[in-house]
Amino acid sequence: MAIDTLNEPVFNRDTVFRNVRRRIWITVGAPLAILTYLTYTWFAFNVPNLLAKAQPERAAILATDSVAYKVYVTKFLRRDIMEVAIEGERRATYSQEDLPEWVEVDGTDAVIDLGEGYGVTIVGKVMEFTVPGYGTIKVTATNSGVKTELPSGQVPDWLKDNPKKLDARPTLDRRVQVTRTKIEVHNYFGGWENFWFPFHSELHGMSFSQLWAIALSNERLDQNRSNMSLIMHDFLENPDWQHGEVFVALFETIMMAVLGTITAALFGLPLAFLAARNFTPSRFLRFGTRRLFDFLRGIDMLIWSLIFIRAFGLGPLTGALAIAFTDTGSLGKLFSEALENIDNKQVEGVRATGASQIQRYRFGVIPQILPVFVSQVLYYLESNTRSATVIGALGAGGIGLMLVETMKTSRDWENTSYIIILTIVVVIVMDQTSSWLRRKLIEGR
Amino acid sequence: MAVAALEQEILSMRKRRQLYSLMGILLVAAVLVSGYSKSNEMNSGGFLQGLPKFFDYPGEIVLEAWQAGPAFFGLIIQYIPAMLETLNIAGVATLLGGAMAVILAMASTRNVDSWGPLIPVVRRMMDIMRAFPELIIALFLIFVLGSSPVPAMIAVAFHTAGALGKLFSEVNENIDRKPIEGLSACGAGWLQRIRFAVMPQVAPNYLSYFLLRLEINVRASAILGFVGAGGIGQELRRTIGWGKGAGDETAAIFVLLFLTIMLIDQVSSFLRGKLVGASRAH
Repeated sequence: MAIDTLNEPVFNRDTVFRNVRRRIWITVGAPLAILTYLTYTWFAFNVPNLLAKAQPERAAILATDSVAYKVYVTKFLRRDIMEVAIEGERRATYSQEDLPEWVEVDGTDAVIDLGEGYGVTIVGKVMEFTVPGYGTIKVTATNSGVKTELPSGQVPDWLKDNPKKLDARPTLDRRVQVTRTKIEVHNYFGGWENFWFPFHSELHGMSFSQLWAIALSNERLDQNRSNMSLIMHDFLENPDWQHGEVFVALFETIMMAVLGTITAALFGLPLAFLAARNFTPSRFLRFGTRRLFDFLRGIDMLIWSLIFIRAFGLGPLTGALAIAFTDTGSLGKLFSEALENIDNKQVEGVRATGASQIQRYRFGVIPQILPVFVSQVLYYLESNTRSATVIGALGAGGIGLMLVETMKTSRDWENTSYIIILTIVVVIVMDQTSSWLRRKLIEGR
Repeated sequence: MAVAALEQEILSMRKRRQLYSLMGILLVAAVLVSGYSKSNEMNSGGFLQGLPKFFDYPGEIVLEAWQAGPAFFGLIIQYIPAMLETLNIAGVATLLGGAMAVILAMASTRNVDSWGPLIPVVRRMMDIMRAFPELIIALFLIFVLGSSPVPAMIAVAFHTAGALGKLFSEVNENIDRKPIEGLSACGAGWLQRIRFAVMPQVAPNYLSYFLLRLEINVRASAILGFVGAGGIGQELRRTIGWGKGAGDETAAIFVLLFLTIMLIDQVSSFLRGKLVGASRAH
């Protein structure tokens, strides 16, 4: 008998070889296909052209500017005045008595020490910029433009000189610009300027313990309000950072995600019963509900939010409804699949005790799908926080719109990075909260 | 006596549970009511004023599409290249992100003998990658690289690597270790163990997650187009910006987007059903 089976090979030789050959085709073919596709997209996306046109220096500027601020020393030649201001803002101008120590102003002339041997002197309409290792650049503003005298030798890359304007930036943190109307010197410092309080606020530059003392003392700085509310007001209304507006925008984004997800879950669950085979005998109703889910999902958040913006205007309501509509489809589909997979024994057991239809659902069905329900809703909540930032950028408002707007003006990159950091923190917090809740509610830990 | 005490305890536990449930429901209701009234206030147009106008815009573009007649289908065909670009963004992003995710997953699961000290580092890295909203990376790269599909592609790929990496490492945690031990008994190196013991076990699940992600990424890249990353989103922004008169083009894009998303949805859920079904049979 043993010998009998030996004569008959278990595997057909041809089948084995066919399988091996197929495997070879897949192992060679799949990577080749992927490679071909990537090569095609390389040219479809026009990557060579993109690399040629990329502006990596923008990334460097952005990186510097997002961690540094600049103090402008500006001489307005028409009005013949000298001003020292953070970021050149009128509201952050130093008073003449209280200038930073690296600037010495004498009437309308100035001597500026930029450190490491770099220095600028401004006398009348003439500016002299001393650069170690290069020499002294002498620029005179005239009525029609600027007249420049450069040291001998080759003109370096960092110096842009034309009859209308001189722009010299020997290092990333020192810059000089001269036009016929003004002479401007930028000195860069690390950190975020005026982050807590506006420059002209009495609270500017105070340490945390000083603030604490002020908040608790009963001598009012401002007669009309308590110190606590003054501190809050000055912080939230900071014109450079707009903390108040940023927080409101973040709140809007979170609200969109939370409202949208809860609404979607509340509408998705009853509809899911209509789409599940074991709860809805009517084939017609089932088919209709399923196509409704497909429709809601297929339209996609992008189109829903564009439609809702037209109807309800900009704001969190629009975003919440767009999320709710799309996710009613997605969650409804998931729930109906979960409902089709439930164990019927539990329902039978409840029925055997003489329970009514509603009681059977409540005690036989709901406990079985509750874990799926909770975990999916929390997953969606988490991913919707991210979606809400994007929908916001389409015009629904919130932090996304704010981000797009600050980026478009691209003046103060530190504001942009502040918003980016806050957004990421919020997303991470939502992520952690939802996974904590999931653990707590489902595993009971 | 003991039974009575037990009964008492069970009853009090049930009471407490009911209380918690009630509190939970009340909390959700409070969030919903206050949230909707607050957001209705913050919206530039109110809900009740907007409701009658809800069908105006869809009606308007449907009307314009109807008036365009057979030319409407021409418009749909005209926008297919843009749609293809969006699909390419999603496709490349899913491929690159997926490849990255496999590496991350293999480096972050104890079950497949990843190098110990690396595991928590890679896990945190994936958390951060997942948390970064695509919008931020896309906007940043658009600023540096200029308006093109590549920023969107990189942004989506980055997020995909983190999201898929987490799912893949969860798959890795549930595999059978016997093949790995068998291979290491005959002297196989780490890469060989991954290739011949881990990959065959996880491949169907990986592919299934990959397809699901592709579906999500098509939607994401369409939206990113709207902020300047090319593809169908950018076209949509253009036609919407024209306002009245371009309703037929907007409708054509809506229809195209809807059809594509539906198609990808159906194909991917069919394929996923097959893949997971195949793995169950073993």
